[in-house]
Amino acid sequence: MTPEKKIIDRVALDKLYESLKAAGNKMFAPVFRNEQTDFEYNPNASEISYNHIQTTQSVKNTVFPKIENLFRFESSQKGVDLLNIDFTKVPRVVVWNAHPCDAAAFSALDSVFNWDFKDEIYNSRREKLAVIGMSCIKADENCFCTSVDLNPGSVKGSDILLTPLANGTYLAEILTEQGKAIADANASLFTASNGENKEEVLAKVEKQFDHSKVTENLANGFENPFWHEFSLRCIGCGACAYVCPICTCFDIQDESKAGNGRRLRCWDSCGFGLFTLHTSGHNPREIQSQRWRQRVMHKFSYQPDRNEFIGCVGCGRCSRACPVDMNILEQLVALEKLEVAK
Amino acid sequence: MSLSNIYVPYLMEIESITEEAPEVRTFRLKFKNQEEGENFNFKAGQFAEYSVMGGGESTFCIASPPTRAGYLECTFRRTGRVTNALSKLEVGDTVGLRGPYGNIFPIEEWEGKNLLYIAGGIALPPMRCVIWNTIDKREKYKDITIVYGARTVNDLVYKNELKEWEERPDINLITTVDPGGETPEWKGEVGFVPTIVDKVAPKAENTIAIVCGPPIMIKFTFPVLKKLGFADENIFTTLENRMKCGFGKCGRCNVGKYYVCKDGPVFTLSQLNNMPAEY
Repeated sequence: MTPEKKIIDRVALDKLYESLKAAGNKMFAPVFRNEQTDFEYNPNASEISYNHIQTTQSVKNTVFPKIENLFRFESSQKGVDLLNIDFTKVPRVVVWNAHPCDAAAFSALDSVFNWDFKDEIYNSRREKLAVIGMSCIKADENCFCTSVDLNPGSVKGSDILLTPLANGTYLAEILTEQGKAIADANASLFTASNGENKEEVLAKVEKQFDHSKVTENLANGFENPFWHEFSLRCIGCGACAYVCPICTCFDIQDESKAGNGRRLRCWDSCGFGLFTLHTSGHNPREIQSQRWRQRVMHKFSYQPDRNEFIGCVGCGRCSRACPVDMNILEQLVALEKLEVAK
Repeated sequence: MSLSNIYVPYLMEIESITEEAPEVRTFRLKFKNQEEGENFNFKAGQFAEYSVMGGGESTFCIASPPTRAGYLECTFRRTGRVTNALSKLEVGDTVGLRGPYGNIFPIEEWEGKNLLYIAGGIALPPMRCVIWNTIDKREKYKDITIVYGARTVNDLVYKNELKEWEERPDINLITTVDPGGETPEWKGEVGFVPTIVDKVAPKAENTIAIVCGPPIMIKFTFPVLKKLGFADENIFTTLENRMKCGFGKCGRCNVGKYYVCKDGPVFTLSQLNNMPAEY
């Protein structure tokens, strides 16, 4: 559809939030609590943070929960009964006030969960998701969205993108049919726009590297000593993967008691040695530098090659979360300049 | 509910259990739901995710050939958590099965050629499927040679089938055990698989070689085959990287940009030459 532009003021914004909540949506919105800003389900409108740079965690949890029960099982006289979970009953969720990096990440998740086998559990959640994005008027030194084809006002992935204007009102770009339905149902909260320009309020994020050059270098960089040199600090804690909006590596495990229980899918990380360990003791990615290489290669070489997207939206969370201050941006800048044999 | 859930396994009943070697057993599995069984189609080389409810899920090949309808077989060695849980099951118990996943051995392209199967230890099961598949269509292939080795005589799996293959005039079976693994009655070869392949020296002309075994065996067998004149594209193997999902999402089985679960598990040596050594 052709995007429409409207204006919504701060008071009306809270009313829109309450209206969507009252309509039965589970609202996922950022709240400053315990010294950090993170998304929570159904906070009060007054609790929502609008002045943070970045939340600690991403919003992938809405479609790819930390733990997804895949099915349940019960022992019975016939042996075992499987009890299917009705995923058609998952709730409608509205991601409220997501930055453009987080909104853009959903298309990468869509691709991973549908590139071959269709993961209908993921899809059932995704189909019931709406994204109200919020352009960034602030950024920090870890942000690099402009180096991965995005920017502080990108519309990708949002149903409605809000941009806080200098006069205290918000420009609302209504981008999809779903966004239009939300705007139409709450038409009285919006006023007409009058050619307001969002570009002048957006945060300035300098482009730091050319991602296609990184991808090109990585194609011949598997054996490069870079990986070892740049990952000696890595303690393999997996924090980077857990805060990443695109990392989707998962594990499948059973939890049960006396033959009754559930099979679940839970977040995992390529940073762990156990991730690829064979029962024989052999491990194709035996040392941490090989696991770090996998992480960067997957995002900037394999995914561009196989799935036609970059597995990174430049949100900077991994750099902020790293307990030993490994900085992905620094590494990508170095990788762009890497000398590789062709 | 009508949603298709790709994580839900078929329920299989264990019809019989064969003790193959110490800690190695074969389950013959029957679909509990007959209709699911009739709609289940697979080809040689493909694998499945087998599970015990509460015990976890693990990846093995389908060890029986698609030419034998009505059942599926898997052979495993009791080693880790899931295989320990599987080992506790008895005839009549339930196993979960998801699949089939992965690519196939291109056996139709091999028609009219000689086949040289080289397997070591517990790697005969992934090859047994394609061996029986081609034996069941024996007239389509020329010479069939099987070189199979294990650490000791006792560790050889499928002992009854080895006997059957040995007795067939249209199959050339060579069995070997590692030095020190022989018994006084042993009539087969003594020596490591690559050495025996070198000694038997099968001709490379119009021949496809299929090699499955522990990494060390594969590593030393490839150069022998090269020396005998086998072209890289005529040497096939399977990779066995750890998997969870089996369908290209969980992120652990990749070798560079290739997913063993999607692009494999069957690869030619010429394909492996263009892949990083991450297996």
